[in-house]
Amino acid sequence: MTKITTSRRGFMQTGAAFSGGLMVGFGLPVGGPARAAGTLYTPSAWVHIADDNTITLISARAEMGQGVYTSMPMLIAEELNVDIQKVQVAFAPPGKVYGNALIFGLQLTGGSTSVREGYDKLRLAGAQVREMLVAAAAAQWKVDAATLKADNGMVLAPDGRKATYGQLADAASKLPVPEKPAMKDPSQFRIVGKPTTRLDTPAKVNGTARFGMDVKLPGMVYATIAMPPVQGGKVKSFDGAKAKAAAGVVDVVQIPDGIVVVADTYWHAVKARDLLQITWDDGPNANLSTAAMFAGTQAALATGKPIPHKKEGDADAAVAAAAKVVRAEYRTQNLSHAPMEPMNYTAHFQPQTQGDRIYLVGPTQWPDAVQGAVAKMLDLKVENVAVENTFLGGGFGRRIDFDYILQAAQIAKAVPNKPVKLIWSREDDMQHDFYRPLGVHQLAAALGADGKPTALTWRVASQSVTGRAFGLPPEAPDGLMTEAATPLYAIPAIRQDVVKHDAGVRVGYWRAVSHNMNAFANESFIDECAASAGKDPVAYRLSMLDAQPRMVNVLKQAAAKAGWGTPAAAGRFRGVSMMEGYDTYMAQVAEISIKDGAPVVHKVTVVADLGSMVNPDTVQAQIQSSVIFGLSGVLWSEITLDKGRVQQFNFDSFRVMRNNEAPQIDIVLIKSSEKPGGIGEPATALVGPAVANAVFAATGKRVRKMPLTAAALAQA
Amino acid sequence: MSTDFKINGKAVRAASEPDTPLLWVIRDEIGLTGTKFGCGAKLCGACTVHLDGEPIRSCATPLSRVSDRLVSTIESLSKDNSHPLQKAWIAHDVPQCGYCQSGQLMSAAALLSGNKNPTDAQIDEAMAGNICRCGTYTRVRAAIKTAAAEMRGAKA
Repeated sequence: MTKITTSRRGFMQTGAAFSGGLMVGFGLPVGGPARAAGTLYTPSAWVHIADDNTITLISARAEMGQGVYTSMPMLIAEELNVDIQKVQVAFAPPGKVYGNALIFGLQLTGGSTSVREGYDKLRLAGAQVREMLVAAAAAQWKVDAATLKADNGMVLAPDGRKATYGQLADAASKLPVPEKPAMKDPSQFRIVGKPTTRLDTPAKVNGTARFGMDVKLPGMVYATIAMPPVQGGKVKSFDGAKAKAAAGVVDVVQIPDGIVVVADTYWHAVKARDLLQITWDDGPNANLSTAAMFAGTQAALATGKPIPHKKEGDADAAVAAAAKVVRAEYRTQNLSHAPMEPMNYTAHFQPQTQGDRIYLVGPTQWPDAVQGAVAKMLDLKVENVAVENTFLGGGFGRRIDFDYILQAAQIAKAVPNKPVKLIWSREDDMQHDFYRPLGVHQLAAALGADGKPTALTWRVASQSVTGRAFGLPPEAPDGLMTEAATPLYAIPAIRQDVVKHDAGVRVGYWRAVSHNMNAFANESFIDECAASAGKDPVAYRLSMLDAQPRMVNVLKQAAAKAGWGTPAAAGRFRGVSMMEGYDTYMAQVAEISIKDGAPVVHKVTVVADLGSMVNPDTVQAQIQSSVIFGLSGVLWSEITLDKGRVQQFNFDSFRVMRNNEAPQIDIVLIKSSEKPGGIGEPATALVGPAVANAVFAATGKRVRKMPLTAAALAQA
Repeated sequence: MSTDFKINGKAVRAASEPDTPLLWVIRDEIGLTGTKFGCGAKLCGACTVHLDGEPIRSCATPLSRVSDRLVSTIESLSKDNSHPLQKAWIAHDVPQCGYCQSGQLMSAAALLSGNKNPTDAQIDEAMAGNICRCGTYTRVRAAIKTAAAEMRGAKA
């Protein structure tokens, strides 16, 4: 437990004023010294200043590896003029002020939006507080504010008088917030755009970083849950007597998702779970299989109701009349997120005469939704639901969903006044994920005399995550199914539409979401067109990008960096891909060989133009991360179902990339002053088609189904 | 029913049943939470600790096996990040989500304790058991080499 007393109380009180809700979730950077000994003042929702000059900046986005714990404070610190390595960082509690304007104002971390959404807003917040501190000093010293400077946590007067931000914080926090403070020109930036050591690294190399799994509360008990082996199934009957009699067991309770064992230790809860005797009702998915899911999705291409996405000219007529037509169909598989930290959450339900309360602590990508959902579910006042975020041991989209938090809250209510930590096993995690949907893309292009497409028809049948997660109506377009769907190439006639087909499993947002599937289809297909036209894949793409100077630049640079056009080493082959996604222009070249009938990836070259960058070292890290995360799904990983049961349980059957399998990754970042693009995801989407196109270069085979295993190559 | 062993140089007596995986004894009974639960089946390496200097997966090691032996966890490297591996991990800014990093560091520490100049193949062998879903592998490898160089220099 972090020991902060007076300062925490001060922060919570002031916090309640601006967030309009209960202010919790304040955690000093774990591993760092708790230096805030004095009273804490809050001139704005983003900045907290103690009178001992401890500066705490807020990261309103969840830290799941992508670096926002550093990049968000960097943006504030740039205009506040404080040393980024000396600030403290706190996760934001639920609060409207922390909403994400790029995701409907929800306090949701996802979609590679954090820097894009925060870039102007957080610098403005820093500048506002800086001007308030200067105004406070000007009033105290009875001088013109314009003569004062704010630098390195101090306000300075020309006559030598100076005061720390801490000394001014009380007065500053009583001043109005200026609407239009002076802002730096980017050429004056001292923090933004400079490679900066992550602020969470020290705590992550000595074991002190606090993840949900590490939460410990006085008197805490542990819970395990037995969930139906078939999604959509339920408990028909159960006998918990043996489990209840087992060592250390506190209680056995039934919640809607299954049977829960609560015990004094996790291991006792695990052992007692094995003693549960449960008869399951497998429900409507009892016979679901991956083969049937693909067959149904395939059939839906013809029988489902297409939702238009884009229409220019009469592409269908052009394809029907063309002398030369390329047609292909691509399949992408179900995938699990499998973050390293299995789902877990801690909840403490406290019945009180003036209104029951619950304290929730653990990892989530969406704290305000958790607060609202738990309040509704348990019929509590929203202000009586306290949510504190921890570091996330990976997210990748999985922790946008909060099924495990609802479970923890239900269990906590069943064992009131006892903090309870629910821990899923790895098997629970893999068997009860919200899977990346499978999809089937059907493309056709008419090629003109010069070999370039004159028309493109494009249809995907897949499952709508947004329909499941947000209740988007079936007939409404789901923008998260059509990301980067329209290629940047100049194609005169184009018709694109989407068929939503519920294949049966529950689906979730998986890093890069539909970019993965659309880029695999589009960039494989354009490669097929190039081959059909007898053109070089890079030159062919470039010939259709006259209106896309940023794309042309990254593609040319990727080709140059990867040695495109020069002979690869013996047995090595290259494939290329490109895309604009998240406002980021990116091209990749994969270099592979074939061993035992399957691709081995040796090198991936990535060139990205993502506009202005906040922390270029984090940008590099996110590209490295995305390539490796993507490659697991490109080469090996797949969730399959048989008789309604997920057939993968752990990392032996759901293969992911290991250190000895990781390729060399060469990265070039384009210097740019364009608005920032997202970088947490796009490289994930492009590595698939780059490898698939390299497989074609190596074998002459088009593998149109992920993952690109030896079996898939043999069938192609 | 108790088990005596040493953890990070300190004698402890654990009350957990002898079949309890060492991981949960370390985390929940002794209270050192740097060692992580990832898979429970020796497949991911997040729970790596040293037993008499050798790397083991604590998630599948019963408490009984460590009786009267020496266990070292991530907390033993140093609290102030002064160990060459911790310094190299910071210099290369290795961690992303960070959840697997205690295990990565303990596998690397075991490698370097016996070999201050590992080849890539030796790093492959030592580190293949530690999964990182964030894909920090490139930096893990670079940081091991940096730490190894410092440890060689310190000895010379």
